Amino acid sequence: MDTAEIIVLVSGVALIAFVIWYFFMGEGVRAAATVGATGVQQINVTVKGGYTPDVIVVKKGVPVELDFYRDEASTCTEQVVFGDFGISRMLPAFKTTPVTFTPERAGEFTFTCGMNMVRGKLIVEE
Amino acid sequence: MPETTRQSAPESVPDRSADVRVALPLTGMTCAACARRIERKLAHAPGVKEVHVNFATERATVEYDPRQTDVRALIKTVEAVGYGVREVPGEDAGGTVDDKQAASERAEVRELWRRFIVAALLSAPVLLIAMSHGRIALFNVRWINWAQLALTLPVIFYSGWPFYRGAWAALRHRAADMNTLIAVGTGAAFLYSLVATVAPQLVTTATHATMPGMEGETLAPVYYEAASVIIALILLGRLLEARARGKTSEAIKRLLGLQPRNARVVREGREVDVPIAEVIVGDVVVVRPGEKIPVDGVVLEGASAVNESMLTGESMPVEKRAGDEVIGATINETGSFKFSATKVGRDTVLQQIVRLVEEAQGQRAPIARLADVISGYFTPVVICIAIATFVVWFIAAPVELRLTYALVNFVSVLIIACPCALGLATPTAVMVGTGRGAELGVLIKGGAALETAHKLQTIVLDKTGTITKGEPAVTDVLAADGFQEIELLRLAATAERGSEHPLGAAIVRRAHEQSLALADATRFNALAGHGVEAEIEGRKLLLGNLRLMDERKVELNGLGARAAQLASEGKTPMFVAVDGTGAGLIAVADEVKPDAAAAVSTLKRLGLEVLMITGDNEQTARAVAREVGIERVLAQVLPADKAAEVKRLQAEGKLVAMVGDGINDAPALAQADIGIALGTGTDVAIEAADITLIRGSLNGVVTAIKLSRRTIQIIKQNLFWAFIYNALGIPIAAGVLYPVTGWLLSPVIASAAMALSSVSVVTNSLRLRRFNTERKA
Repeated sequence: MDTAEIIVLVSGVALIAFVIWYFFMGEGVRAAATVGATGVQQINVTVKGGYTPDVIVVKKGVPVELDFYRDEASTCTEQVVFGDFGISRMLPAFKTTPVTFTPERAGEFTFTCGMNMVRGKLIVEE
Repeated sequence: MPETTRQSAPESVPDRSADVRVALPLTGMTCAACARRIERKLAHAPGVKEVHVNFATERATVEYDPRQTDVRALIKTVEAVGYGVREVPGEDAGGTVDDKQAASERAEVRELWRRFIVAALLSAPVLLIAMSHGRIALFNVRWINWAQLALTLPVIFYSGWPFYRGAWAALRHRAADMNTLIAVGTGAAFLYSLVATVAPQLVTTATHATMPGMEGETLAPVYYEAASVIIALILLGRLLEARARGKTSEAIKRLLGLQPRNARVVREGREVDVPIAEVIVGDVVVVRPGEKIPVDGVVLEGASAVNESMLTGESMPVEKRAGDEVIGATINETGSFKFSATKVGRDTVLQQIVRLVEEAQGQRAPIARLADVISGYFTPVVICIAIATFVVWFIAAPVELRLTYALVNFVSVLIIACPCALGLATPTAVMVGTGRGAELGVLIKGGAALETAHKLQTIVLDKTGTITKGEPAVTDVLAADGFQEIELLRLAATAERGSEHPLGAAIVRRAHEQSLALADATRFNALAGHGVEAEIEGRKLLLGNLRLMDERKVELNGLGARAAQLASEGKTPMFVAVDGTGAGLIAVADEVKPDAAAAVSTLKRLGLEVLMITGDNEQTARAVAREVGIERVLAQVLPADKAAEVKRLQAEGKLVAMVGDGINDAPALAQADIGIALGTGTDVAIEAADITLIRGSLNGVVTAIKLSRRTIQIIKQNLFWAFIYNALGIPIAAGVLYPVTGWLLSPVIASAAMALSSVSVVTNSLRLRRFNTERKA
């Protein structure tokens, strides 16, 4: 094994470790929904390659309105799915699409794109 | 500046006082003064009750009396002051918004085409140069790499730009998707080639640069074609996929397209055309032959035949007369009629169906769970495999070729991997399947319902209203000697005229159907639980059951045996006595639906056990069951106990479907593994049901079962193909076959395979569009 091969091997292993850490162990941007005058927990979510914020904290039993603004034309994010709530919405590009529901159960739920590649987390607190 | 309440979308909400509120998106305002000007003008317009114009949100909220003005007049008022209204507000699922959406989608596809054409034109010569391997003398020049660079730059920075932008956006969210793979793969090939062109000494070794006629020149191998051809092919794949995916939601678009835009309503005694959004509950709507019925309602006057096939799948036109329900978006064929609007806007059957189908299409099927888990990890894992491939090849390959092999296989692995095929396998099939179901009048609540339905073993059919029509009708009229059937019916109907009792009502209905002129009854007397007596044209008429006849000591003339015979057929016989003598029998029964027997036999052929459940007595139940070919009968089950019976069947280890109406049978529907509700008029969103049949026919059950089996079959094919494709493609691209067969996959072939794999999955799902019940499931 020559020097170049050792360098490639070491950097390859390091790179793999980095990829695993970066994609699987990172924490997202967390945000709590605010309750407006109408008694609805509202939050704006920007959709561009992912969800910002991607960890959303809401209260149980209070209606939630998540306003998704899809800031890209890439079809990867054209649909948002809340599997546990039986909700799916097509998100037209460069438009705001409201998703409304009332969480009746506390816990952690994921919301994803139509193919489960882009993900966000919804935390319902008591 | 006056403020309005927050309005998320253009909407019009009729309120209690029949005034309509509408939000108009305004254009052309430059200052708060403009807002006040528009407000003043609108406030003085006829019929306007209240106006708020918000400069910040560029919106006018107007409350008006729909009998005095309409949205169009309001827009004209705004335009008269020199401002504009962006779009006529309608239902959010209605026409205008949707058209805009479609237009922007078309623009996206056009953009994709442009990028593809540029990539195709510029990558073709690059591919030719790469494949010539020095055999074409024309290309054996020192600046050939620079020429390739020039041809590739626009492909990367224009055609492929969305991939890089998408990958970057995902990367910032610690996410990786399709774009990441394409961007890293083509980016690596491009960057390497760029270095090899600009500073060849960095990547080349002594053995290179020995092309004929170019000895002594330093010319490193470049892989521009791996970047540009891949981008061209993947764009082509995207185009094909976009076209195919557009078709998966065609059913919804077609349903939405059914919505008429205008309605002709009676306002102040005049017929006026109004946009559909302005029709309010209670409006009298006029429909002429050949026109679409705008909203749901009840016929007030007139009669016609209505084609409801677009919503119910029923191909025969349905007769409508006063009192019948009509459904919006169906087509009036023969006559004119007026109806009273009962459901408008989001409450109409059409909008309910669209909402149900849209919701269903977002429900994930459990069968996709594995694919979902995999696609969550897929892309980062593929990147790791690609890095490992690079390292292994760099170490294992001969020194002079190691960088080339490592790079080419690294790119191939990234490019061949296709998480999209996995991700599309289930949702596209569920989407097309549920959409096709809606077209056939079968509303399926989602992927999970589809999946359970295909595994069903037992189907429990409620009797009344499901197997039978649900309303008693006269089946037999038997006259004793000396009496005529017509006369018997006329007398009985006269006696029962105005009767509230369902049996009596059935007799009166039959008399009306035969256009019999009824006489006037005198001394009418209802005998609770027994029948009626009356005096008609001087004759004493007695109508009722056997007990009544016995009590009055009526001579039956052998009618008793006939009555017992009718009862054994599941009918309810009523004796008619005239002046103390048995004159005949009128039998009434809840008739079996004409297609019930055929549907039951098809269900059996599909391998399902079919049961009937009813509150009726054993004898009546048996008779009906025999008629439709059902062997196992659960009779005398109280409505409240139906759910318990379903539970008992489930305890036998069976997957049970319950078919019934959505109201009385709701607990049983909810208890069953699959609850199938027969649509009741204009209410199709039945909570307890997993599947709703818009048309009250049992054939819908057959359709639902067959469609579920076919959809799951397609999903399995898709998943199998997507798994196998990736499971074989990635190792081959990594070069595992090289030591055995010497095969290496060129990145160009890898990209073609990738583009085809997701297209083939979607195309396979689209086969469900042609599903029809006749085919074997």
